[in-house]
Amino acid sequence: MNRRLETRPGEWIDRDEPLKFSFEGKEYTGFSGDTITSALWASGERILGRSFKYHRPRGILSLSNHDVNILVTDMEDTNIRADVVNVKEGMRLLAVNTSGGVKKDKKRWLDRLSAFMPVGFYYKAFHSPRKLFPFWENVIRKSAGLGEVNFNYPRTIKTKYHEHCDLLIVGAGTAGLSAALHAAKCGIGITLVDENRQAGGSLTYDCAGDQESKTVLRNLLDEIKHHPNITLLTGVYAAGYYTDHYIPLVREDGITNMRAKAVVIATGAYEQPPVFRNNDLPGVMLGTAAQRLIHRYSVRPFDVGVVFTANDQGYRVALDLLEAGVEVAALVDLRKKAASPLADKLLQLNIRILKGYCIYEAIPTGDHEGVKEVVICPFDESSGKPDTGDLVTIACDGIAMCAGWAPAAALLYQAGVSMRYDNTVNQFVPNKLPKGVFAAGKVNGRFDLESRLKDGQRAASEVLSMLSETSIKVVSEPHEGNTPSHTFPFVPHPKAKNFIDFDEDIQLKDFINAAQEGFDNIELMKRFTTVGMGPSQGKHSNMNAIRILAKIRDLPVEKIGSTTARPFFHPTPIGHLAGRTFHPHRLTSLHDWHQTAQADFIAVGAWLRPAYYSIAGLSRDDAIIQEVLSVRQAVGMIDVGTLGKIEVHGPDSALFLERFYTGGFANQKIGSTRYALALDEAGVILDDGIVARLADDLFYLTASTSNSAMVYREMQRWQQKWQLDIGLVNVTGYYGAINVAGVAARKVLSKLCKASLSEQDFSFGSIIETVIAEVPARIIRVGFVSELAYEIHVASQDALTVWVALMEAGEPEKIRPFGVEAQRILRLEMGHSICGHDTDGLTNPLEAGLMFAVKPDKPFFIGQRSLQIIRKAPIRKSLVPFLLDHQDGMETPKECNLVIAQGDIAGRVTSIAFSPTLKQAIGLAYVSPELAIQGGSFLIRTDNGSLVKAIVAQTPFVTSQIGDSKK
Amino acid sequence: MKILHCPINGPRPISEFIFGGEYRTMPDPDTCSDKDWADYVHNRSGGPGVKKEWWYHAPSGTWIIAERDTGSDQVMATYLPNSITKEATHE
Repeated sequence: MNRRLETRPGEWIDRDEPLKFSFEGKEYTGFSGDTITSALWASGERILGRSFKYHRPRGILSLSNHDVNILVTDMEDTNIRADVVNVKEGMRLLAVNTSGGVKKDKKRWLDRLSAFMPVGFYYKAFHSPRKLFPFWENVIRKSAGLGEVNFNYPRTIKTKYHEHCDLLIVGAGTAGLSAALHAAKCGIGITLVDENRQAGGSLTYDCAGDQESKTVLRNLLDEIKHHPNITLLTGVYAAGYYTDHYIPLVREDGITNMRAKAVVIATGAYEQPPVFRNNDLPGVMLGTAAQRLIHRYSVRPFDVGVVFTANDQGYRVALDLLEAGVEVAALVDLRKKAASPLADKLLQLNIRILKGYCIYEAIPTGDHEGVKEVVICPFDESSGKPDTGDLVTIACDGIAMCAGWAPAAALLYQAGVSMRYDNTVNQFVPNKLPKGVFAAGKVNGRFDLESRLKDGQRAASEVLSMLSETSIKVVSEPHEGNTPSHTFPFVPHPKAKNFIDFDEDIQLKDFINAAQEGFDNIELMKRFTTVGMGPSQGKHSNMNAIRILAKIRDLPVEKIGSTTARPFFHPTPIGHLAGRTFHPHRLTSLHDWHQTAQADFIAVGAWLRPAYYSIAGLSRDDAIIQEVLSVRQAVGMIDVGTLGKIEVHGPDSALFLERFYTGGFANQKIGSTRYALALDEAGVILDDGIVARLADDLFYLTASTSNSAMVYREMQRWQQKWQLDIGLVNVTGYYGAINVAGVAARKVLSKLCKASLSEQDFSFGSIIETVIAEVPARIIRVGFVSELAYEIHVASQDALTVWVALMEAGEPEKIRPFGVEAQRILRLEMGHSICGHDTDGLTNPLEAGLMFAVKPDKPFFIGQRSLQIIRKAPIRKSLVPFLLDHQDGMETPKECNLVIAQGDIAGRVTSIAFSPTLKQAIGLAYVSPELAIQGGSFLIRTDNGSLVKAIVAQTPFVTSQIGDSKK
Repeated sequence: MKILHCPINGPRPISEFIFGGEYRTMPDPDTCSDKDWADYVHNRSGGPGVKKEWWYHAPSGTWIIAERDTGSDQVMATYLPNSITKEATHE
């Protein structure tokens, strides 16, 4: 059956572009501009989906992005919202929530069992007997949720944009367009967004059978075009409101984060359904849904319709239906007294108007695919009861429902607006708005066309005065006349199936039951009944739920309050939120060289560092072992340009370091370095490094790669407190650094450096400023990874020159680069701990064995006072080096495995590695003090539960290898 | 996303800042009791109200003090730690 109307002015479809698609295996045609739903409805389809819980057949409800019973999949994306997503040529679509097709859904039988599955049924029915729960859990999990995730989803990159504007207007309906035009005259930059494909809001469909709305809209849009300072974005929704007017705008292909100086929320209102038995049959739809079908897609909603209304909107809908050629069998008005100004017009057209009547129930066709007829009867508004003594049947194949509105106030709630219930419109309206947030139009309780236009101007004038632009103050009058929303459009029926929430199949009686069970607070009722927890987030159900609860508790609606609709306003794809994969990393000036040398990189703090250099034919582990052995047997070098590097200048430099670090620096000799340990005020280890004195008033210090930003930051903070005569310069990026380590390190370096590197002239812990490979350098004689090692600091741009020169000079000694993995093993062989690896957020220097670096009798250092207190109590754990007593087939412990003594936790492993030099596993572990006895042993529980014996050892694990090379 | 007014850099998004905890005055470590020192180091008042807080503008390396109502998340004023005159923000 073809329900497409003749070409109509203002329709959203392009008749010159027909397209083909399939739904549930059947071929259909539609037009470009059709949504999936409108194309199917035009082709005569009725059952477009199955309901979530009872698998009842469902058709159109809203046609405005809350028809969540009509979710389809194209086998790539799932849960496509057919009511708003445009159909495309060649689409092959299936309904998501069916078992064996939407028409012959095998789960139809659930509907007949619905009486046994009231809300709360799951909570109560399945927890005993306990042993059956896994069975039921499996069944329930399979029925829960909609759609199936496609794990082969193609990776798409969605760019995130950031924009600023003076005024953001959300909603390009009457009030939004009017606000934009009024504000635009002052020249401010305005962005106007609307989730629909075209601007205009209700002006595009709510016509009451004449052309006035469309003329008004055409004039508004013509005027908008003349303002270059208005950017109109359609097909874009504002997904949430975040602090200081920061609003994510969701496009089809990504998100634009908009920062505005002011926001006008002109989001309108959602039409709310009256509630009667079988109000969910295909063919029963909201009045505005019928209007959208007619005016946007030129589709006749049904052939013979009944309008069930509880406000004046139904009269407008009836006139639109008549204009589209629908026979209106009756207009059933729940209200006995209120008279619509359009009633006379309908009476002149011989339309039967039944005032003070309700639809008692809709009777389905034999195949249950649609409406056969409606049963109506008088309705007593004061008691809320139908008079079933006088039932009348009217034949029809569709029902348009109008009962009232709920403000689309999600963004307002998120912005912290307090709402009040306005009895003239029977709706929540903004009461107190935070600075820079404004509301206009239906969301603000203005319904007539004139008052919506005026309210937009009023909001714009308030925006302009806030932005200190001159503007004439506009006032908009509150609503007059019949209330747009009915207070209680609910028709009880002993056989129920009168739905409140179409997402979750919640009926009128479910609320009454919930209240009887004690869930009579809106938040509790929401959770017990799950009203508003479906994909449409209560857009068509929350307001009705509040009204029912108000009635049950005999309280005014404002005393019930409302739940908060949280971001996102509509479901937003995760890919949109992720945006582009963007992890900024710092690279050293040697990065390209590492890459050419087949380095495998890992992220360390903000940096990318070579983990190791891969060698063809060698496994990762073997390559690392080769790197370790080259240092022990000859010479290796590592890029340590990632170390934090800070210069402290000025007369108070030594005093500053004495306070910041635990050690002594006042008497430090020029040309010497000292190990430095930094604590926080609680005496917990923050970081360690090396402090070199280059002059009386100049220190050069290093901090560990991952802590360097924090160390510099904390130095800056303490300097703010102390106000010493110093200057701090973070030279981390300025200096590159190379560590040359191993028994042959001196031999290699001597070839490039004129200064004497002998043990007497350049002993451990010294720093010299010299020239290497014709580049000025600071060289420190260090010992972190090897007993003999040099750390060469040169300007970043010179690092490559020095690195390459060292590679060449070291060729006879078979010098090789090594990465972070080898470095970790090498330092462990030397017995050195790493801050943040062998210490955690509670470790103090007593436990970590670092008291040698603490000078407790200084006047002050950070953490000093806490250490004094800590020292009064017995120590709880000690970091000890250990060797593994290896047996064949034994499981090797891993870092973080626990030390076990008498069945209790007595510590944990912080570092463990196989030492290629010793051919044995070595490590560091915290153990309770009684276990920290040299030569003693303790047990480590491995991942497989076995206990492995470890022997407390001495450091360094690797003994001196440079004795014979000492001069 | 919140905007914080840096006295040096002007209004900047909060993601550029690192929170540095409440600004508190250290008791004299030489004269205070162990108990008072432990209280200073370990205890924080979590109650809502106007607090002075350390905030670090990371890209420029600037520590500032923000006076913020932790109940309403309103920032009353921001200024440099060493400044005598407080610069009121636009909030």
